[in-house]
Amino acid sequence: MRKVIEASKAVAIAVKLCRPKVCPMYPITPSTHIPEDISNFVSDGELDSELVLVESEHSAMSAVVGAAAAGARTFTATASQGLALMFEMLPIVSGMRLPAVMAVGNRALSAPINIWNDHSDSVSARDQGWVQLYVESSQEALDTVIQAYKIAEAKDVLLPVMVCLDGFSLTHVYEPVEIPEQKDVDRFLPAYKPKDFLDVENPKTFGPIGFPSEYMEFRMAQQGAMAAAAKEVSAVNREFGKAFGRKYGDGFLELYRMQDAEYAVACMGTIAGTAKVAVDEMRKKGIKAGLVRVRCLRPFPDVGLRKAVKGLKGLAVLDRHISLGYEGPLYTDIRSAVCGSVGMSNYIAGLGGRDVTLSHFEKAFTDISKGSFKGGWLL
Amino acid sequence: MIAGMPEEEYFVSGHRACAGCAEALVLRHVLKASGKNTIVVSATGCMEVVSTPYPETAWKVPWIHAAFENAAAVASGVDAALKAQGRREGINLIAMGGDGATFDIGFQAISGAIERGHKFMYLCTDNEAYMNTGVQRSSATMPYASTTTSPAGKEIHGKQEPKKPMPLIIASHGVRYVATVSPSNLPDLHRKVKKALEVEGPTYIQAINPCVPGWGIASEDSIAISKLAVDTGVHPLYEIENGILKFSAKPGQWKKVEEYLRPQGRFRHLTDAETGKIQEYVNARLTFLEGIEGKKCFDVLM
Repeated sequence: MRKVIEASKAVAIAVKLCRPKVCPMYPITPSTHIPEDISNFVSDGELDSELVLVESEHSAMSAVVGAAAAGARTFTATASQGLALMFEMLPIVSGMRLPAVMAVGNRALSAPINIWNDHSDSVSARDQGWVQLYVESSQEALDTVIQAYKIAEAKDVLLPVMVCLDGFSLTHVYEPVEIPEQKDVDRFLPAYKPKDFLDVENPKTFGPIGFPSEYMEFRMAQQGAMAAAAKEVSAVNREFGKAFGRKYGDGFLELYRMQDAEYAVACMGTIAGTAKVAVDEMRKKGIKAGLVRVRCLRPFPDVGLRKAVKGLKGLAVLDRHISLGYEGPLYTDIRSAVCGSVGMSNYIAGLGGRDVTLSHFEKAFTDISKGSFKGGWLL
Repeated sequence: MIAGMPEEEYFVSGHRACAGCAEALVLRHVLKASGKNTIVVSATGCMEVVSTPYPETAWKVPWIHAAFENAAAVASGVDAALKAQGRREGINLIAMGGDGATFDIGFQAISGAIERGHKFMYLCTDNEAYMNTGVQRSSATMPYASTTTSPAGKEIHGKQEPKKPMPLIIASHGVRYVATVSPSNLPDLHRKVKKALEVEGPTYIQAINPCVPGWGIASEDSIAISKLAVDTGVHPLYEIENGILKFSAKPGQWKKVEEYLRPQGRFRHLTDAETGKIQEYVNARLTFLEGIEGKKCFDVLM
């Protein structure tokens, strides 16, 4: 069924289709429509789930831990300061290997307080053991939530997944979205049946203290799980394509007109739409332009990136976050992956909801095609 | 072995608590009272550290620890999951934390979980300071007690503020059962835990837990000091059931607070005037509690 809905609704519908047993939720702009829509589904009897309407995001993520440890499929959503408040819990969820799924309506961090879109919230949480998927459209938001559970719950993975969608510029934007049938989602995503859970018949201890003699092995196991997640990100994307007729690149990267490209931009999220238009415009002007949209930030697609940039004469990375005192984190990651094989520049763009326009991309393309790799701020 | 108490142990020996730790004893008996069908959610603290050095555990019931301030929030998730899975019936859910985890950093999470009406018993094991990090002052610390962050100095003699009246604050939320217990009165503790676990909603139990290193007492004295806390009225035993406070095991006459203070290193610096002030403070709190005894003083909303 095709419906014109906003991405928040698309996420909520995807959540309903995935049948989480427990949804701890706390409202925060711009992800608030997600808990609202889920609450409506529960109130109307369309979703059988326990809502835990907590008093803070920290408690939301804490309740996710309790519910997931008790063996329930869980869902929550947040943004910005909310993600910052639950930060303490992020490595606890992943360290305890609980396959939670959370939507993040990407929003700038204070101060100054700002409710609009950039990636500073979730990119700052990049190193906490969550799989991070960044989507471009409402359809992708819906599809990615379903994929996220499948990745998270894979038995070699058991890691939480963040589905990151741009605040307002996606959460509140209406687009036509194809809604899958419940029976098809049920077939794609079977009920969650964990091996270990809080069970009085088989008591286990969750969340013990790990001394220096044990702690590193836990982190090594998580790194192994991330490698397993990397396999699942592409396998689940392929499988989803077969089941529903839609897929997103190889799950990690979406490449647009990259086959013969000489100059490319790389970015995440909705601005990839504008970037595609820019690519087409640059090609009209005779520049062989292309786009690398990074969909999966962790696990990071270093191998795919090395392949993608082969033959490029220049690559500009547009970051919607800056690691203050250094540079854009996406740029750092890509540069490390491709390791000097292509001329690169970094542009900081679209912070705190500043529009990222066609002319910004055109500037980036023009700069690198002229051999200028200075980068800078796109104001 | 105390007559009538179950022999089964669910918090077992081998943990690394100090000799004479009253908290370990309280846990052992709370678990005896709650039995096999119990899930424990623990805050960060001494008990979490001493009982679960990976790969060992002292817990024979399912147990989970996530962070310092969120045992009640984690328990909310467990309660919701058990309900959603259709296995809530017959499972006792206990969230526990020390006074730091309860009075201070976890205050919001407890208030939230109670307001939402989750069925769980919150157990505060109160040793009146952050003992796990080396005896720092909390809002549960007794006035004039010396801690490492409220030291008995030349100018300032220990903590200058009163103790937060946590059981009354919890009772004000409208919960159906709040009680104080002491390791010096185990039959009372058993009865109260059982009662708390029968309630279809949130309940709260606060145990006084003398801390051997933190209070500067001899390891063999922790139960005697607990008893003095009760008998002097520093930690009076009572229950607030359906909004009505009733003392339990109340002595005919309250002993002098000095008897309780004298054996403790943390009060060694007290002047006579300060001891007198603590007595006045304890008297004032007792007068308040005696004044509301037997009256409906709290709305019961759940």
